[in-house]
Amino acid sequence: MDLSMKWLADYVKVDVPVKQFCYDLTMTGSKVEGYTVEGEKIKNVVVGRLLSVVPHENSDHLVVCQVDVGQDGPIQIVTGANNVKAGDLVPVALDGSQLPGGPIKKGKLRGVESNGMLCSLGELGLTAHDFPYAVEDGIFILQEDCKPGDDIHDAIGLNDTSVEFEITSNRPDCLSVIGLAREVAATYAIPFVEPSPKYTGTAGKASDTVSVFVENENLCKRYIGGVVKNVKIAPSPRWLRERLRASGVRPINNLVDITNYVMLEYGQPMHAFDARFIKGGEIHVRNAREGESITTLDGTVRSLSPEMLVIADVEKPVAVAGVMGGEYSGIMDDTVDVIFESACFDGASVRRTSKKLGMRTDSSARFEKGLDPEGCMPAILRAFELVELLECGSPVKGVIDCKTSKPKNNAVDFDPRWINRFLGTNISRRSMETYLKRLGFEVVLDKVIVPSFRVDIECKADVAEEVARFYGYNNIAGAELIGVANAKLTDAQKLKRSVENACTALGLSQIETFSFISPKYYDKINLPADSKLRSSVTITNPLGEDTSVMRTTVLPSMCEVLARNYNYRNAEAALFEFGTEYLPTSPESLPEEPDRLSIGIYGGGADFYSLKGVVEEIYESLGIAGVEYSAADEGCGFDELSMFHPGRVAVAKIDGKPMAIFGEMHPDVLENYGFGTRVYCAKLNITELLALKPAAKAYKPLPKYPAATRDISLICDDELPVAELEKLISKAVGNVLEKIRLFDVYKGEQIAGGRKSVAFSIVMRSAEGTLTDEQADAAVKRVKKALDGIGAEVR
Amino acid sequence: MKQALEKIELAAKEQLAKVADSAELEALRVRFLGKKGELTAILKGMAGLSAEERPVIGQLANKVRADIEEAVESRAAELKDAAIRLRLKEEKLDVTLPGKAPKLGRLHPMDTVMREIEDIFIGMGFDIVSGPEVEYDYYNFEALNIPRDHPARDTQDTFYISDNILLRTQTSSVQIHVMENRKPPIRIVSPGRVYRSDAVDATHSPIFHQIEGLVVDKGITMANLVGTLDMLMKRLYGDECKIRLRPHHFPFTEPSAEVDIVCFNCGGKGCPMCKGEGYVELLGAGMVHPKVLKQCGIDPEEYSGFAFGLGLERIVMGKYGINDLRLLYENDLRFLEQF
Repeated sequence: MDLSMKWLADYVKVDVPVKQFCYDLTMTGSKVEGYTVEGEKIKNVVVGRLLSVVPHENSDHLVVCQVDVGQDGPIQIVTGANNVKAGDLVPVALDGSQLPGGPIKKGKLRGVESNGMLCSLGELGLTAHDFPYAVEDGIFILQEDCKPGDDIHDAIGLNDTSVEFEITSNRPDCLSVIGLAREVAATYAIPFVEPSPKYTGTAGKASDTVSVFVENENLCKRYIGGVVKNVKIAPSPRWLRERLRASGVRPINNLVDITNYVMLEYGQPMHAFDARFIKGGEIHVRNAREGESITTLDGTVRSLSPEMLVIADVEKPVAVAGVMGGEYSGIMDDTVDVIFESACFDGASVRRTSKKLGMRTDSSARFEKGLDPEGCMPAILRAFELVELLECGSPVKGVIDCKTSKPKNNAVDFDPRWINRFLGTNISRRSMETYLKRLGFEVVLDKVIVPSFRVDIECKADVAEEVARFYGYNNIAGAELIGVANAKLTDAQKLKRSVENACTALGLSQIETFSFISPKYYDKINLPADSKLRSSVTITNPLGEDTSVMRTTVLPSMCEVLARNYNYRNAEAALFEFGTEYLPTSPESLPEEPDRLSIGIYGGGADFYSLKGVVEEIYESLGIAGVEYSAADEGCGFDELSMFHPGRVAVAKIDGKPMAIFGEMHPDVLENYGFGTRVYCAKLNITELLALKPAAKAYKPLPKYPAATRDISLICDDELPVAELEKLISKAVGNVLEKIRLFDVYKGEQIAGGRKSVAFSIVMRSAEGTLTDEQADAAVKRVKKALDGIGAEVR
Repeated sequence: MKQALEKIELAAKEQLAKVADSAELEALRVRFLGKKGELTAILKGMAGLSAEERPVIGQLANKVRADIEEAVESRAAELKDAAIRLRLKEEKLDVTLPGKAPKLGRLHPMDTVMREIEDIFIGMGFDIVSGPEVEYDYYNFEALNIPRDHPARDTQDTFYISDNILLRTQTSSVQIHVMENRKPPIRIVSPGRVYRSDAVDATHSPIFHQIEGLVVDKGITMANLVGTLDMLMKRLYGDECKIRLRPHHFPFTEPSAEVDIVCFNCGGKGCPMCKGEGYVELLGAGMVHPKVLKQCGIDPEEYSGFAFGLGLERIVMGKYGINDLRLLYENDLRFLEQF
């Protein structure tokens, strides 16, 4: 809402600098977004009278003017405009002046001195809507009461200040000059008297011209129709145009301007119909019929649907109720009789209609917040008053008032003690009453009588806010909370931090990605066409396809970020995300939202085993034992399997349950993302870890006796996983085993095809005493025997 | 014999002075003091001495041995010292060469600040609670006193999954879950992702993070809200931090406020960052609307409460001077590694 300060001054007299005004109003709850001083970019522009206009000696299209600018002698200005003649009053930008387009300096035009510039509307930042008598493509010939030398701001009324308010949705009454005047008066504790419009009118009844039938009383609480006869359509006077301009509304003609003026002043949208085009002289407030359409004032054909409320004549809709009028029945230059509409339409209905039609207007923005039916009458009376003031028609005295609602006698409990307890203040009852009365409330014993325009006040807390606003929020002294403070992180939160800490310690940096992705991302990671991961929670109104489904796997997000970094020529990357997946359940239920850890690494010498090391260390750091790693296959429990190199992908299982998948990216997927390097990714299920009880850490005595170490080297089938060998060896060594360490795997020369050489270091120790060589050798013998059993030969 | 001893001592000391390393020194020690050394050889001749001479020579021999031993030791110390000095001299490094430590990864700046905020709240006795991001309309809007077709829905452009299910636009939805499941006293914060249909630009993102706070108990006042926010901001920004409350409107609080802090860039003088206002808007807050309490089965006559919600991104951007929100979700390592 843009408020004209000149307009405001009609109702309250405030004398504070505009900056202070903005601050003060903001602090009582009418937030100011900013303010504009009209014409502030115009300096040193004055009214001039053209004394002579003669052709330029060196140019066909330039003329040389002698101009009286109220100084001792005339000044010479060269102009290219052809709409000027001697005697005209024009805006003159003097040497050293400022215009919105930049500074003006004297100079020579084709050898003839020019000491400034004659200005057009556009050069002053105006349009023909501001001054309908002026042309757009020539010098602005002033038809104002002014004389040479007058400052142009005063001469054309470009001296208002417009303050932009951000009005919250609960205060439609403040979308008006009067509503804001009331807030201003309350803020500065100055008098404010609500205006009561006066008009003379001519005898007769509106019902002689038109009948009104409200067919849907739920959506139209009140409909007032008023008639103005013998209108004279013309531009509005300057003062009215100026106010509309300062309020950001384009002047059209006097009758239409009056409806806009009243809307801005009273907050009550109005509409004017040309009575000639209301067929049958009947106005029906009804729902649109199937298949009906209307061409609205903006010239667009709109198809209507039955839930929309329209204003119709006997044949067809003439306006979309509360949103926009029809082109056909609008005011034209030859309009004779006008029907004014001042009505109260249901907010939710107007909101739905305006949304569906994609048409938000000043009118719908007000209606949708829920207006006061009591506001209809003062508005139409004010319109009549303005018609008479502008001498542009004869209002007919009797109006049609179809009203289904009675004025609500809205009384709310007034309990100063409760308010003070609620706010934590000590405000006197008298002060509270003063604040409330300034806002138009009445206090009667233990009740606050709420004025009808305050549609937002319903309960004690609402009254408390009114008191607090004018007591001053910042005068409420802060008080600490009392009571037991007993808070701690939950297990899930602790787990999240542990995982993140482990990741950063392992050199991974954290990323944050969008939870919604493109369904195409599933193709990019080669997800099978029938994968269940392809059925995602889908956004019905996404910003675009790229962000249209909630991810069912965190890995594509990681791939995108890796690819982006690769494209940025970051030579290596090691990243993790602690993210969420959204797994659909049933259409009417919420999805599951498990936590996942994704890891992505490329460059810096990374390989499968460095990724595996990271995964192992993470489980280790969380105290999770018994993680088993195996090659991932079709039944591995992760549909993302297809994005990995089939020979370089593993699952980690805990208690037989798949908990993580990790490996090298499949060459096809590398190509999909444009990688020119190998990439390693992992996904770890995190939420599922919460169910596991990490083994409690307990101190084990440090060994008292020395260890015996034996190295063993063997050749076995290449397909035999090292993990199997380790299991076998552990079992064979028995309880003296402390540690098995793999130190070499070799394939190639001297080893037969399909075989590999594997070497372990076996550390044995007993808690009872130093192991003898015989004991250690016996253990090795057992190992050899066990290995023999599976066809591995010990070297 | 006496002369021979003295000669040996002299010779030993002379030779010792010329020794250049520990190997030579050892050879010398063996030559003079070893079992087959010169001194031993002389002492073997002691048997032929008279009873009078023997103790005198014996004493002298012991002294010579001790002297040589001492000289060897002191020479050894000298050599060791010289060797260390030489090593220290030779091992001089250019300490300005870069270090080789394995690199730590970095937490995302949003996570770092989120932890900081969570820890502040834990310290103030607030439990941390999370809730679903894909949410029923009821929890995101209706229970928060924002029925269908309420104009307040316009200020939060919503992504819908179905008529009843949406992506939460505010973590306030968690308030309702908490109040349905816990009896007062309630003191919680709820951090998490929220979604609004805003196109991505330098200050907007369709996904961002909020931290919602809720306190419900007997006798909770607006003064408690002011005191809590004041403490929060002082812990987050330092004791100098000043807050300012402005009346505002949220359907689920009454009274409602927007809360500003004095601009951290200009200290309140007004600068481009605060658009000349001297204050930066940081959060919304208010007393829980009685209708919301009632909706959750809490008697507003017995209990009162306050709620607040702050945006994480704005705090992070202010803290690190980040001028483009997109950087936070782009995850360029050159950005991430700065934190």
